[in-house]
Amino acid sequence: MTEICEAPAPAGTGTLTATRWTPVCDYDDLQPERGVCALVDGRQVAIFRTYDGDLYALSSHDPFSGANVLAWGIVGSRGGMPTVASPMYKQVFDLTTGRCLDDPTVSVPTFRIRRIGGRVEVAAS
Amino acid sequence: MTGRLVVVGHGPAAHRLVDALRERDSADRWQITVVGEETRTAYDRVALTSYLTEGADLGYPAHDESVTVRTGERVTAIDRAARTVTTDAGEALPYDALVLATGSVPFVPPVPGAEHAFVYRTIEDLDALRVAAGSGDLTMSRPRAGVVVGGGLLGLEAARALQGLDMDTHVVEVAPWLMPRQLDEGGGAMLRRHIEALGMSVHTGVGLERVEPGAVRLAGDVVLDADVVVFSAGIRPRDDLARAAGLAVGQRGGIVVDDTCRTDDPHVFAIGECALIGGMVYGLVGPCFTMAEVVADRLLDGEARFTGADLSTQLKLMGVDVASFGDPSADALDVIYTDPVAGIYKRLVVSDDAQTLLGGVLVGDASSYPTLRAYVGAKLPGTPEQALFGGTEAAGAALPESTIICSCNNVTAGTIRCAIAEDELTDVPAVKACTKAGTGCGSCVPLVKKIFDAELTAAGIEVSKALCEHFDHSRAELFDIIRVRGVTTFSQLITEHGRGRGCDICKPAVASILASLGNGHILDGEQAGLQDTNDRFLANMQKNGTYSVVPRIPGGEITPERLIVIGEVAQEFGLYTKITGGQRIDLFGARVEQLPQIWKRLIDAGFESGHAYGKALRTVKSCVGSTWCRYGVQDSVGLAIRLELRYRGLRAPHKIKSAVSGCARECAEAQSKDFGIIATEKGWNLYVAGNGGMRPRHADLFAGDLDEETLVRYIDRFLMFYIRTADRLQRTASWLESLDGGLDYLREVVIEDSLGICDELDAAMERHVAGYSDEWRAILDDPEKMRRFVSFVNAPETPDPSIAFEPERDQIKPVTVEVTP
Ligand code: SRM
Ligand SMILES: Cc1cc2nc3c(=O)[nH]c(=O)nc-3n(C[C@H](O)[C@H](O)[C@H](O)COP(=O)(O)OP(=O)(O)OC[C@H]3O[C@@H](n4cnc5c(N)ncnc54)[C@H](O)[C@@H]3O)c2cc1C
Ligand code: SF4
Ligand code: FES
Repeated sequence: MTEICEAPAPAGTGTLTATRWTPVCDYDDLQPERGVCALVDGRQVAIFRTYDGDLYALSSHDPFSGANVLAWGIVGSRGGMPTVASPMYKQVFDLTTGRCLDDPTVSVPTFRIRRIGGRVEVAAS
Repeated sequence: MTGRLVVVGHGPAAHRLVDALRERDSADRWQITVVGEETRTAYDRVALTSYLTEGADLGYPAHDESVTVRTGERVTAIDRAARTVTTDAGEALPYDALVLATGSVPFVPPVPGAEHAFVYRTIEDLDALRVAAGSGDLTMSRPRAGVVVGGGLLGLEAARALQGLDMDTHVVEVAPWLMPRQLDEGGGAMLRRHIEALGMSVHTGVGLERVEPGAVRLAGDVVLDADVVVFSAGIRPRDDLARAAGLAVGQRGGIVVDDTCRTDDPHVFAIGECALIGGMVYGLVGPCFTMAEVVADRLLDGEARFTGADLSTQLKLMGVDVASFGDPSADALDVIYTDPVAGIYKRLVVSDDAQTLLGGVLVGDASSYPTLRAYVGAKLPGTPEQALFGGTEAAGAALPESTIICSCNNVTAGTIRCAIAEDELTDVPAVKACTKAGTGCGSCVPLVKKIFDAELTAAGIEVSKALCEHFDHSRAELFDIIRVRGVTTFSQLITEHGRGRGCDICKPAVASILASLGNGHILDGEQAGLQDTNDRFLANMQKNGTYSVVPRIPGGEITPERLIVIGEVAQEFGLYTKITGGQRIDLFGARVEQLPQIWKRLIDAGFESGHAYGKALRTVKSCVGSTWCRYGVQDSVGLAIRLELRYRGLRAPHKIKSAVSGCARECAEAQSKDFGIIATEKGWNLYVAGNGGMRPRHADLFAGDLDEETLVRYIDRFLMFYIRTADRLQRTASWLESLDGGLDYLREVVIEDSLGICDELDAAMERHVAGYSDEWRAILDDPEKMRRFVSFVNAPETPDPSIAFEPERDQIKPVTVEVTP
């Protein structure tokens, strides 16, 4: 989901986790429904901007082929959920959870992503 | 009142009887006991060979618990007065009804040494055979030899199995040709060639004299090495029990029964291969099942009768297509087609008015078997010639209700249609489960599918038409919407005519339609996000995420200079090179960011995109033609280049392939192409809708002796009509097969302009030809598009570090990656 700005840490209670955000590109570099791949802390992260303007980040590593290609998949929807279909063997993944909708035993890691002004940043760790 | 039913034998017939009875006997009127001599319960004897070749489990499902099955026990006598049977375990079992389902035994000819031979009937027989084939003297200087005596259906199946056990295999048939019961001389001769091509030796017209240790002696003092001898020279019904009990048996064996399968004792029935019914003993499982169904019905006071059976059969040998259907020996009009080069022999027997199909045989190409078999006894929808060449690939809707679709299980078209409607079946597996059609030899499944499709269409159920969850339209409908309303973007289309945001099915389909209608570069604007895997980077994605590059080489003609450039580029970028099956060269292992650099080099040397990545025209292959070839009658290379340049870049529902041959020798394999051209003395013959690939299909002759301009005009229209009306990912072959009216209709549209759209089709093609420009050059000319050819948006120079290669045969290959799902 898009995080336009980071939620302020609640004062006094809870745990404070430090997140390292890595800027990856300009928001305008992202064409709607056409993914790109970014190298973040050695991980290959597929970044998608959906038609509504929301941002999603998942590992670009396609678990079915072992190749880093999920970023090149076709973005669409299934039953209202935003999805990407692997370009290799066409399994479909839920962009919000990373779960494979064609094989529920498989999922790929998702990452936090946000838009700060005109920049897009990813937290890969 | 409960009756006691005793069934003797537990083969396919007995199994079906018990199953059918249990299914219908809801009041439990019959208490069933089955006595079977084999050590296991009933199994699928038809598939016996797969036990040997694949270790297949042939067992039929067990009956319900109320049925007593006594295996490994043989019935030795029937006492009809006391109504009991005695078994070799010394038991006497009382019955109210007795069904003999004792099957048959292989006939063993009375020759000296016969006791050393094997037969091919039970799982035990096969186990013994395997042991014999594997044992023996391994130091022997020659390969182990197997001889099958009998060249019929079963003999050939057994011979192939022996070969599979690494034996040097011979088939001996006393008749003048193979499969004499089904085939005529021409068919037998053609079959022989196929069998010999598999590496077996065939000896016909010669009898067996004796079996000797390690050899067989044939008539005329011919001696063949034979470590294993298998007899497959026909079957004999097992009627000994009935005979001893005083029941009538036929002169040549078989327990005489009437059309209710009853013997002359009203308490005793006989079914399956042991029965002589209507003067016939049937050696096929279909009629055996039918008899079982009749008796099940009669035991519950039904009225069923056995009214004869379909004798159609198909040889189950990988790589050899042989089928016979109906009565191929009927005395009527013969239509014979022989193609000695392709090894095809087809014969249809039709009534004297050439209207009704009586029977026939197919050797070398049995693809039309399911359809033809279904038409036996019915009026052919076209001429016999059309039927021979697949013209009867009629929609399932055309088949009359009473036509038997599945002869293994005696299921008619009517029964299938009824089941689909009443049980609201939604897929073919459900149809099979519900009707049993297609669960025997499986050869009727394509026809079952056709009927299924036709039924759903007729019922107005749009299961297959909707492209995906986002559109209720077929591809052809979307094409018309886009064309007529002038839609230019996917977003507009899905907002106005669909729902959601699309998927990997509808997006590439719409991308292809937009491209066919000429909407600029396929990576322009929103189109870029619609493109399928390979179109996305205008290159074919390989298993490790790298890409391949295929420059166009029209007609396969290339100068040495350009060949050298390809070599240099490959060297410079470290690419794996391979000559493709499409007469050009593929360069593999390029990373995304290398693609523009590679193409720059190629384009500078005069190459352009080969569209190997697109659902578009691929290649127009060519033979060498009249310029060089001493047989050529026209310049095939010249025409191939002209056509390839005309249709390059034309996007379509699926890829399009073509070829041009300079004479009838057909070195370019034009008849396997979407459109193929063969030179004649007078011009060109145009063939359409051929296909290699998964389901090969020979192209149909569309028009003959055309001059070049007419030829081009016909191809233009053919292609544009295909692009407009085909389904997504439907090649021309299956498009033509699904086209109502088939080839004739296509000719009317293209030649006679029956739809009045030829002007439009012509204009569309002119627009395509005029609008063509090289896709890859356009990328190089557009910095914005170039920017997208990177592995990482935040590190454009960095290659994907996970891609690695290792050497193989002096080139690179991908390092195999771990796959962990
Ligand atoms: C490179 C080549 C094999 C070779 O090294 O010879 C090849 C390679 C591929 N073929 Fe092919 N086919 C190649 C000739 C053929 C031929 C022979 C021919 O064209 O003369 C056929 C059978 C003829 C036909 O199509 O009717 C053929 C029938 C297929 C099919 C099955 C099509 C069908 O209708 O059943 C597929 C699958 C598909 O397209 O859905 C396929 C798909 C593929 C794909 C594109 C698989 C994919 O989706 O990535 C392979 C791409 C490899 C790559 O990345 O480059 N390829 N393929 C050949 C390229 C020819 C060219 O120069 O363009
Ligand atoms: C290798 C092979 C391939 C075949 N391929 C095809 C094909 O492709 N298509 C096709 O239609 N048909 C094919 N057939 C023929 C088909 O298998 C038979 O038509 C079918 O098995 C006949 O069934 P049945 O029950 O009448 O007889 P069987 O299958 O012979 O069963 C009779 C059973 O009764 C038992 N029995 C006999 N006497 C007694 C007794 N006194 N007491 C107890 N038990 C007894 C036998 O041991 C046997 O198990 C093939 C056969 C073989 C061997
Ligand atoms: S036959 Fe199969 S493996 Fe070979 S190139 Fe074609 S698609 Fe690839
Ligand atoms: S004809 Fe054999 S399964 Fe239908």
